[in-house]
Amino acid sequence: MYAKKRYSEKATLKKTLAMHSERTNRHKADDQVQDGAVPAYLLDREQTARAKVLSNTIKQKRKEKAGKWEVPLPKVRPIAEDEMFRVLRTGKRKTKQWKRMVTKVTFVGPGFTRKPPKYERFIRPMGLRFTKAHVTHPELKCTFNLDIIGVKKNPNGPMYTSMGVITKGTIIEVNVSELGLVTPAGKVVWGKYAQVTNNPENDGCINGVLLV
Amino acid sequence: MGTNPLAIPANNIICSLTDPEGRSLGAPLDLPQDAGPKELYLLINTLLQNEEKLPYAFYINDKELLGSLGAHLLQNRVSVEQVLQIVYQPQAVFRIKPVTRCSASIPGHSEAVLSVQFSPDSRMLASGSGDTTVRFWDIYTQTPLFTCTGHKNWVLCIAWSPDGKMLVSGSKDGELRLWEPTTGKAIGNPLTGHKKWITAVSWEPAHLQSPSRRFASASKDGDIRIWDTTLHKTVMCLTGHTLAVTCVKWGGEGFIYSSSQDCTIKVWETTSGKLIRELKGHGHWVNTLALSTEYVLRTGAFDHTGKQFNSAEEMKQAALVRYKAAKGNSQERLVSGSDDFTMFLWEPGTSKQPKARMTGHQQLVNHVYFSPDGRWVASASFDKSVKLWDGYSGKFIATFRGHVGPVYQISWSADSRLLVSGSKDSTMKMWDMRTQKLREDLPGHADEVFAVDWSADGEKVASGGRDRVLKLWMS
Repeated sequence: MYAKKRYSEKATLKKTLAMHSERTNRHKADDQVQDGAVPAYLLDREQTARAKVLSNTIKQKRKEKAGKWEVPLPKVRPIAEDEMFRVLRTGKRKTKQWKRMVTKVTFVGPGFTRKPPKYERFIRPMGLRFTKAHVTHPELKCTFNLDIIGVKKNPNGPMYTSMGVITKGTIIEVNVSELGLVTPAGKVVWGKYAQVTNNPENDGCINGVLLV
Repeated sequence: MGTNPLAIPANNIICSLTDPEGRSLGAPLDLPQDAGPKELYLLINTLLQNEEKLPYAFYINDKELLGSLGAHLLQNRVSVEQVLQIVYQPQAVFRIKPVTRCSASIPGHSEAVLSVQFSPDSRMLASGSGDTTVRFWDIYTQTPLFTCTGHKNWVLCIAWSPDGKMLVSGSKDGELRLWEPTTGKAIGNPLTGHKKWITAVSWEPAHLQSPSRRFASASKDGDIRIWDTTLHKTVMCLTGHTLAVTCVKWGGEGFIYSSSQDCTIKVWETTSGKLIRELKGHGHWVNTLALSTEYVLRTGAFDHTGKQFNSAEEMKQAALVRYKAAKGNSQERLVSGSDDFTMFLWEPGTSKQPKARMTGHQQLVNHVYFSPDGRWVASASFDKSVKLWDGYSGKFIATFRGHVGPVYQISWSADSRLLVSGSKDSTMKMWDMRTQKLREDLPGHADEVFAVDWSADGEKVASGGRDRVLKLWMS
């Protein structure tokens, strides 16, 4: 009877000692359960890490309602008119100076036709017209080459916005249908805003960050 | 009325009714031009001498006959010179209502839900997740019932036994555990033996063995083990595949079909464990298998009427009846989907040459599923489309486009009229077979949908994914 009691006491003592020495015990490295659980059919496949879709669209909706835009570049260097436009002298004696040529990158849109050359005041050269932008998704950290749909706002003034001039800090709308984003209601998202982060006239390409 | 040059001159059309396999019913008949599906339905029921009138669908040259015969022929410019072949297809007597709304989103798992399955009698629902637990859910109150802990790593696959008495779950560390669904407790110790993660589990059909005892499990280490639940250990180990086994299916004739990443499909005999056939043909990993009788084997003796059985013998008889009805006179067919963007239709009981090669997908095929009546095969692929093929010949029928991300899994309704698909873009879509178009959009998940299942009584659809919530959809 006493032997049984002693035996059970010894057993519990051994167990507590083992528990205390757990700290110094070494376990196999792969005992840990990893994050990012995937079903069996996706296990041997490399998939790029994805951010949740829901948070992006909800944040966008909230921002639209508040009327304020939180952008990555809140302040940009103001661009003077003489830096933006170059005076073109025209006429037989090259004395007329009412024409201006835009020196920054522009976006004109697919249905653009020039005004009759005699009457056009602002010339947007074809060499500085771009249709695509390299847009980076801030959470996924990957860059996509997306078509520009339009120029939403140029911080230097509404005149530049209507002309389609793209400088650093401009908000443009890009076509994101290839990203396969879906709203919580099940509709497909095909246009999103992005802000330009470089000086396109110096680099020859438009780089931007997607506004999510 | 002016004479229409394309009008059929005679008022009667000579037709011959054939069944889906091509056998003609009797002598050719003279049918009036304005005969439609209703008249043909009465005719066929009398010719086949059915006691109750069963619904049928009629097809002329693979197009369904919807209006009167004359109008259909005029529209499709079918010639009246030859005897017209009308193929009749028996349809399910019951009609499943499409699910339209999410009736409940039940949280509970702390990691992504990896697999979801209704029990064969549609009374219980089980799900396995990345948080290493298996959970049982009450469908009627839409609340969690039991949480079964014990696995040490993600629970990758779950499978109900065909009599609904046991659930087996396989995890990423190669362990299988048996659970009792009424109490939520484990049955015995975990079954170890596999060295790498479990990719698929399949039970022995109820008409071969009732109560359910044996099941087969496939693993990344390349072998398939047949376990006995009463003895609680491996009874057979089928080795032969050189790379991971991606899918295993226990057929109704006593064969086991297994597909692997080594591009082959092997057919094994269950009594001896010998390899009978090796089906070669794919150029890349074979991802998934589908059997024409799969739905019946999974649901066992239960059907849409919801009848309960008292004894195991009764269940075995009922399961046998259902299996014979579903199989008909044809052989068991097998469809395999692969990373080489194609699928093959095989008749493994007869030959090791494929019956048909189904091409058309532009990305790998992730999931193929036969419809419960064996008429159609649906395939879900990473090219964002779901394709529908004929179940007997492998001919392409239609594509369902609408998803904007890879389609992961599909599930049929019990009457084979509706198909639901879950995709990486977090939406599920329901497709109608009659119109071959999108029927209903089921958005609501916040992240990728990993698993979908339609209950056997057709009332509910369950889905789970990366957002950790289990959603139940009802009509």
